[in-house]
Amino acid sequence: MTPFAQLLDRLIYTPSRNTKLALIVDYFRHAPDPDRGWALAALTGALSFPGVKAGAIRELAMRRVDPVLFGWSYDYVGDLAETTALIWPERRSNRAWPTLSEVVERLRTTARSDAPDVIEEWLDPLDATGRWALLKLITGGLRVGVSARLAKVALAEYGGVDPTEIEEVWHGLEPPYGELFAWLDRRTPRPDLEDKPVFRPPMLAHPLEDDEVEGLDFSAFLAEWKWDGIRVQIVARGGEKRLYSRTGDDIGAAFPDVLDHVTFEAVLDGELLVVAGGEVRPFNELQQRLNRKTVTGAMLRKYPAFVRLYDILFEGAEDLRDLPLVERRARLEAFHARTAPQRMDLSAIVEFAGRDELEALRAGARDTATEGLMLKRRDAPYVAGRPKGLWYKWKRGPLTVDAVLMYAQRGHGKRSSFYSDYTFGAWREHPETGAPELVPVGKAYFGFTDDELKLLDKWVRDHTVNRFGPVREVTHGLVFEVAFDSIHRSPRHKSGVAMRFPRISRIRWDKPAAEADRLETLEKLIG
Amino acid sequence: MIAPHPETWVEVRPQGLYVVPGGFYVDPLRAVDRAVITHGHSDHARPGHRAVLATAETLAIMDHRIGAQPGQAKQPLAYGEVVRLGEVEVSLHPAGHVLGSAQVLIEYRGSRIVVSGDYKRRADPTCAPFVPVRCDVFVTEATFGLPVFRHPDDRAEIARLLDSVRLFPERCHVVGVYSLGKAQRVIGLLREAGWDRPIYAHGALLPMCALYEAHGVSLGDLRPATAGAKGVPKDEFKGGIVLAPPSAIIDRWARRLPDPVVCMASGWMRVRQRARQGGVELPLVISDHADWDELLQTFDDVGAPEVWITHGREEALMHAANARGYRARALALVGYEDEGGS
Ligand SMILES: [Zn+2]
Ligand SMILES: [Zn+2]
Repeated sequence: MTPFAQLLDRLIYTPSRNTKLALIVDYFRHAPDPDRGWALAALTGALSFPGVKAGAIRELAMRRVDPVLFGWSYDYVGDLAETTALIWPERRSNRAWPTLSEVVERLRTTARSDAPDVIEEWLDPLDATGRWALLKLITGGLRVGVSARLAKVALAEYGGVDPTEIEEVWHGLEPPYGELFAWLDRRTPRPDLEDKPVFRPPMLAHPLEDDEVEGLDFSAFLAEWKWDGIRVQIVARGGEKRLYSRTGDDIGAAFPDVLDHVTFEAVLDGELLVVAGGEVRPFNELQQRLNRKTVTGAMLRKYPAFVRLYDILFEGAEDLRDLPLVERRARLEAFHARTAPQRMDLSAIVEFAGRDELEALRAGARDTATEGLMLKRRDAPYVAGRPKGLWYKWKRGPLTVDAVLMYAQRGHGKRSSFYSDYTFGAWREHPETGAPELVPVGKAYFGFTDDELKLLDKWVRDHTVNRFGPVREVTHGLVFEVAFDSIHRSPRHKSGVAMRFPRISRIRWDKPAAEADRLETLEKLIG
Repeated sequence: MIAPHPETWVEVRPQGLYVVPGGFYVDPLRAVDRAVITHGHSDHARPGHRAVLATAETLAIMDHRIGAQPGQAKQPLAYGEVVRLGEVEVSLHPAGHVLGSAQVLIEYRGSRIVVSGDYKRRADPTCAPFVPVRCDVFVTEATFGLPVFRHPDDRAEIARLLDSVRLFPERCHVVGVYSLGKAQRVIGLLREAGWDRPIYAHGALLPMCALYEAHGVSLGDLRPATAGAKGVPKDEFKGGIVLAPPSAIIDRWARRLPDPVVCMASGWMRVRQRARQGGVELPLVISDHADWDELLQTFDDVGAPEVWITHGREEALMHAANARGYRARALALVGYEDEGGS
């Protein structure tokens, strides 16, 4: 535990990314296997011990410590694991410090009811920093500011390889990552994932900024619609098949209707959509199917999933990623024609003569299923990560309406003293009385500056008519110009509509609330 | 004859702790006629007293901190020597806190009280170690009077600093230290750990270091940390160690240093939230005060049935002292600082 505890103890105080990198790389150099692999898993959030709860820690402390002194100490320190680590009255113990591996391996096989006894045995030989690290590790409260990405960069630096090489193998490996370190130490060749159904790091696009449009050579690019679904990767290899999200999460269990039709061997890149009656459905229908472990027959019938393919990374065992886009596209089309999988089609190439025509197409498209255009360089290989100048997303301009502030809620973190989350509404006639009334149409908490936030916070406090916990209802007197990407029908909302990505684009201090938009205006924007 | 309980001849007055039959205060909080001073930290050694009794080192520190005070009568007293003041006998005994720091033993008609000022129990290369003195009442501080304060081995803390220096050879480590005691102790510990390169110090720390040297505490190659045109070339600080007062380490002053790693040497660094609030990147838990275990151990060592607590977190310490069978009383003296020389 010592080197790991010291690593954590430095990471929590270190704001700088480069310093964090240096600390992690140094740890990889000095820690033995499999400790460093478990540490890597802990840092990247791949370890959890659901059997140990915070209550068990408190109970442990109570075995040894005067409850009055514990209470005062906890008030002062403000963190249960840290208080316990610091206050723990060490008994002389002839046990050695437990290693990280010992802790992880033992806890994984310990029954929940035995966990406190096991932990107690470890607390005595450890010092305060070791106890703190142990308790943080097992209660899952590391929060040392290390993202999976940063850990991968550290691995790359440690092994003197390119970060994309780490990405490439990452999803095929599991803690404690023995193969990975063996390769980085040059004891073995790179782990061979050829015949495993692993996630391949995807190629991502940059937004095309307005000032870049002028200088871009459009003839070097293929254009496609930017579909409003979620990016997925279909991996079928060695007789196994998977559906991965953009970040490499296996979401296949929720989408048997797609995976059932994977009868080929390939790695394909595409957009997951809900398509019913040959028509792409709004994003919020897809949302019904996301974040589920399983799916019901009713869901499958109501929201049938579909993948619109736009790239091919592997065909069989053949890695196509080094081919230029136009060649991959030809391979994809031929592959699709040959295998003809159900619930999958090809994302069409948008033909255009020049920039003006493409710009007109982009502006004209208000289809709910698209968010704009994708531009992909014809000669570009498939490069993991977000390489410059190869792929662009060219989103259409947002829609806007004027809406009236109705409720404000306290924010989080550094905004917790401000009313920073705003619910706004549009006018309609009351269904029975015909009197004008506001119905909430959306909620936004960004799009304004810090100075504007101060003014908004004051306005909310000065115009409160009702309070419900952290929420204040305000008089109908302030108009926001709200921008959003699209708007859909939503039976779950009282107004019957839901916006995607709403944000405050302007505060209309000047505009009378009565002149804000009506619900019918919003309904006309539904694509 | 039964010895009079110190309760009957030592009083808490607005000026501080007053020894009635001796006619003097110990570490008075305001200017008084006669004062006995435990050590040179500014909350214990205040200006304006007519007569002062302290160790020679403490008197020298006071002269340096406060400046010459015309008309003040100064009486140096060596550790272990006994002097009669009024009807009491007074002697000073090492407190292990900073150079010259002393516990004051006052004896009156067979009754003994020890006023310990601030003290610690760990070895410190820059001052004499604490000596337990048997007494009837032990007057203690409680700066770290919560059981979460258990100071680790200071050598391990210095080893962490040196590890970091090795890991970041392009950066400079700037360590926040109080000018009296902590600065010299950190230098002493670095020397003990084998660090023989120059150590750079902020200008505000240098006179006190010189005073220590003049009292026979050698600190090795110590240089002013005046970077820039006239001073040390900035590159010389790379891989180096710079000491500065806590107020300077995250201030504009530190910007002259190459990519500093901000460190702070203090007992408060034990609590992470407190270290983070101060913008510290490498907290070093090095304290010149007794930790929780040492406070309680000291009560046992001096054998006093009764302890009086002057300042700090008296609540928890009283609770623990009572639980161990001591009579404990909080004096609630206002004016001693938490941070004075921690
Ligand atoms: Zn003090
Ligand atoms: Zn002091």
